[in-house]
Amino acid sequence: MFKDITIGQYYPVQSKIHDLDPRTKIVYTFVYIIILFFANNYVGYALGVAFLGFLIAMSNIPLKFVFKSVKAILIIILITVILNVFVTPGNVLLRIGALKVTDAGLINAAFMAIRLTLLIIGTSLMTLTTSPIALTDGMEYCMKVIPGVRSYAHELSMMMTIALRFIPTLMEEADKIMKAQKARGADFETGGILKKAKNIVPILVPLFIGSFKRADELAMAMEARCYRGGNNRTRLYELEYDKNDKIAYIITAVMVAMIIASRFLPLMRIPIQ
Amino acid sequence: MQKAIEIKNLQYKYDRDEEEITAIYDLSLDIYEGEFVGIIGHNGSGKSTLAKLINGIIMPTKGDIFVYGMNTKDENMIWEIRQKAGIVFQNPDNQIVATIVEEDVAFGPENLGVEPSEIRKRVDEALEKVRMSEFKDRKPHQLSGGQKQRIAIAGILAMEPRCIIFDEATAMLDPSGREEVLACIKQLNKENNTTVVYITHYMEEIVEADRVVVLNQGDILMQGTPKEVFARVEELQSVFLDVPNITNLAHQLKKEGLAIPEGILTVDELVKNLCPSS
Repeated sequence: MFKDITIGQYYPVQSKIHDLDPRTKIVYTFVYIIILFFANNYVGYALGVAFLGFLIAMSNIPLKFVFKSVKAILIIILITVILNVFVTPGNVLLRIGALKVTDAGLINAAFMAIRLTLLIIGTSLMTLTTSPIALTDGMEYCMKVIPGVRSYAHELSMMMTIALRFIPTLMEEADKIMKAQKARGADFETGGILKKAKNIVPILVPLFIGSFKRADELAMAMEARCYRGGNNRTRLYELEYDKNDKIAYIITAVMVAMIIASRFLPLMRIPIQ
Repeated sequence: MQKAIEIKNLQYKYDRDEEEITAIYDLSLDIYEGEFVGIIGHNGSGKSTLAKLINGIIMPTKGDIFVYGMNTKDENMIWEIRQKAGIVFQNPDNQIVATIVEEDVAFGPENLGVEPSEIRKRVDEALEKVRMSEFKDRKPHQLSGGQKQRIAIAGILAMEPRCIIFDEATAMLDPSGREEVLACIKQLNKENNTTVVYITHYMEEIVEADRVVVLNQGDILMQGTPKEVFARVEELQSVFLDVPNITNLAHQLKKEGLAIPEGILTVDELVKNLCPSS
């Protein structure tokens, strides 16, 4: 039953965005998150929406799928909106008991909601269009540029690769253990949450012990294949930028310039950042 | 002939629960270039320990092991030893590192710092040799046990070793998987002239070996050609090793008075001996 699970939320279709170098997408996402905080009027936000909309259209991923990720943080958005509506000082429009709604509060809340939504969609667009393996590769390369993290870059990405590699294996094993326990009369379906959680213990214990044994054997097999960390290690596939990556970087730069420029437009600002 | 592996007065002890256990007593063995050596022994005979010792994963308590003239105790040589004498383990799941078949095959040469274009070449060749080229883009968990084990072999081949140690590499496979892996190993030995050290407790698998070494409680009990070794049916059974069914049948027939030689290894051979005219 666990045979064909997809890890992460990767959405495998053909598109220009999917084909970009993972580094390009990581850098873009990073820049996008930061630049969103520079937008302080509706032109800036409109630009943010426009650029993201353009990328979504290019990525061939159905809108419904893209918005799924927003659902997960809907509550956080709601809380932010409510807080902003009631706590921001300004011209009072409406009073409900001790609470007051202000004009600045409404505007702030609206912008906050948009900003959070853009942040979430922006980052999930990266994971939707990049396979976990490519993402791991890209992160390793990106981390190698940052001083301080540089020396761990390879180890961290190796850990991630191994985790990805063993998720299906461990799922299969969990399935097997569960069936074995069921065959001996274990009950995983009935009872309250507490009882169900308790029933998981006899699955987790053998799974844990098994994975320690696996880790031990894998370490030995890796050593036997001359693994000695990231030093002097080469790669079958070295990441390489192509023309589309250059275009993507130019688009990123244009976006940054435009959003920063929009700050200086003589327009109404968002009252409180 | 050049010695691939030279084991001199090897002893290995380890501690388990504060009790000292001697896994290997006083073992000396030479394995020559291009040879197919089968090592058999019951559980606890020290055969897996021997594999790890040859690869330098564990160090001898006493004595020395030389792999192509390099002592496994020499830390500067350890990577070269592991490159020259690769090892394939028992559990196929626990030796595949990467999430894509060809990337796993590339793991060894990547560790050795081989140029990307050369890695590409080696990966393609290795997959070709184990006949898994068409699976190069698959994920390991989509493969059968026998296929996974062939990938593990390709992963070792891509390091271009001269000797491969198989540590019960077929023990966890079903009969058809076992057959496909064994056929692949035999072919490597014949066509590539790769030295093969084949550790197993299935005697049927090594009837075609050049030499069979029987281990018992950390020592060599006997060695010789499969014919010589399997002729000593009762001795083998006394250390809980089962001779191939056909050999056993021939042995029983001989005991009942039929005039046939000991150490019959195949059905054809038995037929020939029973009905000389056919």
